[in-house]
Amino acid sequence: MAILDQILQIGFFAAMIRLAVPLLLGTLGEMFSERAGILNLGIEGIITLSAIAGFLVAYQTGNLWLAVLASALVGMVLGLVTGVLVVTLGLDQTVAGLGMTITCTGLAYFIYKLVFGAGGTPPSIEPFKTIALPFLSDIPFVGPVLFDQYALSYLAFILVPLTAFYLRHTPGGLSLRTAGENPLTAASAGVSVAKTRYKALMISGALMGLAGAFLNLAVFNSFSLGLVAGRGWICLALVVLGRWRPLPCALAALLFGGVEALQLRLQSSGFIDIPYPVFLMMPFLITLIAMMMVSRRVHAPAALLKPFHKEER
Amino acid sequence: MRFSLEPRVSAPIWLNLALPVAAVAASMILCGGLIALAGANPVSAYAIMLKSALGGRNQIAETLVKAAPMILTGLAAVVAFRAKFWNIGAEGQLLAGAMAAVFIGTQPGLPTWSLVPLMLLASIAAGALCAAVPALLKQELKVDETICTLLLNFIILYAMMALLSGPWKDPVSGWADSPNIRMDAEFPILLHRTRLHLGILLAAVAAAAVWILFKKTTLGFGIDAVGENPRAAMHAGLNVKRLILVAAMTSGALAGLAGAGEVGGVQYQVLASISQGYGYSGLVVATLARLHPAGVIPAAVFLAAITVGADEMSRQTGVPVYLADVIQGIALLCMLIALIFIRYRVRIRVRAAA
Amino acid sequence: MADQPPLLEMLGIDKRFGDVAANRQVDLTLRRGEVLGLLGENGAGKTTLMNILYGLYQADAGTIRVEGRTANIESPFDAIAAGIGMVHQHAEVVLRHTVIENLMTGKPAWRLMLDRRGVGKRLGEIGELYGLALDPNRLVADLSVGERQRLEIIHALLSDARILVLDEPTAVLTPQQAEGLFKAIRALTASGVGVIFISHKLNEIRAITSRVVVMRHGRVVAELANDGNLSNASLAQLMCGHELTPLPKAERKPGAALLRARDIVLRGVSSHAAAAPIDLSLHAGEIVGLAGVSGNGQAQLAETLAGVLQPAQGQITVLDQIIRHPTPRKLQDLGLAYLPEDRQGAGLIMSLSLVDSMILPRIHQSPFSRAGWIDRRKARDWVRSQIKRYDIRPDNPDMRTSLFSGGNQQKAIVARALFFAPRILIIAYPTRGLDVSATEFVYRELLNLRERGCAILVVSDDLEEIFTLSDRIAVMYESKIVLDVETSEATVAKVGLAMAGDYRSNDQPRNIKAPRDLGSARPAS
Repeated sequence: MAILDQILQIGFFAAMIRLAVPLLLGTLGEMFSERAGILNLGIEGIITLSAIAGFLVAYQTGNLWLAVLASALVGMVLGLVTGVLVVTLGLDQTVAGLGMTITCTGLAYFIYKLVFGAGGTPPSIEPFKTIALPFLSDIPFVGPVLFDQYALSYLAFILVPLTAFYLRHTPGGLSLRTAGENPLTAASAGVSVAKTRYKALMISGALMGLAGAFLNLAVFNSFSLGLVAGRGWICLALVVLGRWRPLPCALAALLFGGVEALQLRLQSSGFIDIPYPVFLMMPFLITLIAMMMVSRRVHAPAALLKPFHKEER
Repeated sequence: MRFSLEPRVSAPIWLNLALPVAAVAASMILCGGLIALAGANPVSAYAIMLKSALGGRNQIAETLVKAAPMILTGLAAVVAFRAKFWNIGAEGQLLAGAMAAVFIGTQPGLPTWSLVPLMLLASIAAGALCAAVPALLKQELKVDETICTLLLNFIILYAMMALLSGPWKDPVSGWADSPNIRMDAEFPILLHRTRLHLGILLAAVAAAAVWILFKKTTLGFGIDAVGENPRAAMHAGLNVKRLILVAAMTSGALAGLAGAGEVGGVQYQVLASISQGYGYSGLVVATLARLHPAGVIPAAVFLAAITVGADEMSRQTGVPVYLADVIQGIALLCMLIALIFIRYRVRIRVRAAA
Repeated sequence: MADQPPLLEMLGIDKRFGDVAANRQVDLTLRRGEVLGLLGENGAGKTTLMNILYGLYQADAGTIRVEGRTANIESPFDAIAAGIGMVHQHAEVVLRHTVIENLMTGKPAWRLMLDRRGVGKRLGEIGELYGLALDPNRLVADLSVGERQRLEIIHALLSDARILVLDEPTAVLTPQQAEGLFKAIRALTASGVGVIFISHKLNEIRAITSRVVVMRHGRVVAELANDGNLSNASLAQLMCGHELTPLPKAERKPGAALLRARDIVLRGVSSHAAAAPIDLSLHAGEIVGLAGVSGNGQAQLAETLAGVLQPAQGQITVLDQIIRHPTPRKLQDLGLAYLPEDRQGAGLIMSLSLVDSMILPRIHQSPFSRAGWIDRRKARDWVRSQIKRYDIRPDNPDMRTSLFSGGNQQKAIVARALFFAPRILIIAYPTRGLDVSATEFVYRELLNLRERGCAILVVSDDLEEIFTLSDRIAVMYESKIVLDVETSEATVAKVGLAMAGDYRSNDQPRNIKAPRDLGSARPAS
């Protein structure tokens, strides 16, 4: 079983976690807005545009953390724009979200071409290096898999319990959940549904920004036009698979990080002689199959996709 | 000061026509900033776009060639969205239609007269089938169709690429593109010495058919009713599941037809870049058209002109060609905002501070 | 006392929705420790006024003063801060959250963490003080309607509300539950809280209030002290503007059974209810009134008989023909017409034109279509004729359905159901939202249909309506028919008690098949 040997290596698990991080950040981001009742279909475009923003800052300044900040900020601003469209103006969330994706993706490519032109080798940066945590990284097997990761990865995984705590135990989290379940209850209790949803969308955008930053400041060392390649759409599905809860969402992201790592391994191993696009298809196909298995048993937030206007009759 | 929206009983006709134009204009003005950012003069850049998209017989023909698939994917979105079935999968359904068309078009045994009709039928069937999948998954397994169709776009794209780099790989060049269809399977050219082919006629006929569907038939009425209020439709005795399935398959069929047009009239083969995002443009077209089949044609011609014009403009001024995508995206958002003004009157009240 | 300002004053409130004036120069005063009855027909502007008080709507003009100070209420947050609490007609709670999570919603956000313990303690205190106990950790989805309402009252009290608005709080309660609510209201007023009690149930208004304000067409038309001399008749006259006249009814000539439901168990009911399956038959030339407190399965039974819901068990026979897998379409084709309870959600299509909404259930029939092709001219002509007949306003068949007022929408949907002179008519809450003259018109139409041999099932929670129309009365409680009697043998008391689940004191109802189950059917008090 040479394939199994190939798979069950430290390198595979490290790759799985590395590839899971952008999915995790994107999924948490999407979960935030959906728990507040807003489907953020701009995710694919928001990740792309914030990725190019971070890349530009890294390329110009060489400061990676400044780049991360830029990505998060751009994501947050895009969340705000989405808020204007779907919260204040109450536009259809599906179409407006796709509009955001079309606009942001186009804008990202436009900026990339504008700055770097068409020709030659793609510009690259010095990416993040992994940080081996003292002592912990010396644990056999587990150490190099879990505790020799990027700073952003640690941050992403710390965000999971923080998010869970925020949603469950803080007034802000309760308001957010109420706005997503029954906005009228929230409004009657004196919570501003609009403000709550704006807040959720901005957090959502910032997390998607971090996902974009991670993609080209850690996973890849350059921006390319196919950088995001449908990962945003997979995040949408992962939110469903994770039943809109932070911990299961994180598990789902890890699982699909594994699928992607596996796909890359199989592709490069040459053990199986099938055209490479079949491997690229794997994550999408498995996501769809997983959706088929769980969709009957999960319930979206009750007010998802429903705009809220106080004076509607 | 506070704004309030009051529902309108009816919007004046001029407003219905002016708003899409206003949305497009707003989008182009906003994108003028991008052109300036790229170091070009927005006015002259738009002038180049206009000239290279509509400035002559050849240019107009080129624009119409691009408009044909956009009309069809736009109609696909119209049919699906009127049933509130969020088929974002026109891209994948178009690819499926293209593959089906190549499959038929490369069969050596078929008589010439049957080739084009069979290609069209095959692409319609392939597109409809690909759209039936998310509809059935939604009805039987409650899979969200938005996510499902988005995922299917990638699945179909990679399946096609696998086909291109495997069984269909060109044995001579080694390129990832399919064999060419037979010469006698190529669509007739409508205008001598241009690329304007049968596809634009097909698209126009399809638009007329969809218009009749919604205006005159109980099926179209049912699709509208299901889209606007599925519970009322169900209580009134309409078969909601079947209507959604029919709407989804009709939508997929239209997108599949677009694929046949690209194969039969433009590329004569399948290659990875055959779609150029026509599926997603269809969403913009449908929104600009306010989900009205008659509006789809001008909306698609406009987007096609932007696309064709942006190519030439980019060559001449160095402004990245992706400007066309940004214009599309912003036009979509502006149109959504503009729709508010059709349904509501905006009232501004000035309130004295307490 | 005299120079103490009243608890609440609303002065000169104006509110328009588009062309409709919902409130016109409304003045309202509430004093400490009193229950103010706010009385009016549907659409009289009561709820609008209260939504303005609670900051959900903004008034176009007028001032609100709380304890003499002008309160600028722009959102519920301001209202809560001013000491105003609101209990909606349908409890606005989050079903998937627990009781305590619902209560903590909107608590000051400056706290880092939710104060589960503190709120839980106060919940216990309020429970003791006013007799409003609730388990903090129960999921709201598992609570009964009455308990959900209690949750909303507690929520208001937790925010130290001194002004409590109850919007038709008894509409969803049994008489016993309502009595519990009244007890709590008395305890509240004794502690100085002022209560605004909205209702159109005259008996309740007379029982609980100390003062009554009557609204009609957006205006206050009367303000009366409840000194024990108020009569239902005088209040009704103030509310409606003219005297109620009883309807003449022809001798009943029941014919063959047109629709029979045998051994029906509704989908999704408890095994307890499943032990007593439903038998019901509708005869030609007969009106059967199906009464019950809303939420006891009447709507589901109506939907099942109309083919919308599949029964979990049992058989439906129409015109001696057993219907396997009933669908609305199959039953329509056999001459059944159906008017669903929720006219906006399940009846009309708000975003389409009135024409489209009205032809919806008959779209596959002549004259509206032939072989799949719609004849829009005939459809519009027919709708115009109905607009005239029912005086639907405005008389524009192409206007979006949502732009018609609730009463006019009701007229349209009733016209739609009655026109096709069906053999069988199932009609839920036929006069909800209609004014008096329109109600009388609909009653006369229903009786006309009865004359012509139609079998009619009227679902309603309005006993007056049930008694006015019905030849036979059936009462549902917990998804079972617990009483099925001729109207001549029924009394309001008997029907009312059966609605509350107390049917044992009656003669053995003929539809109960499993008497051993009856003992457990008493409502929890």
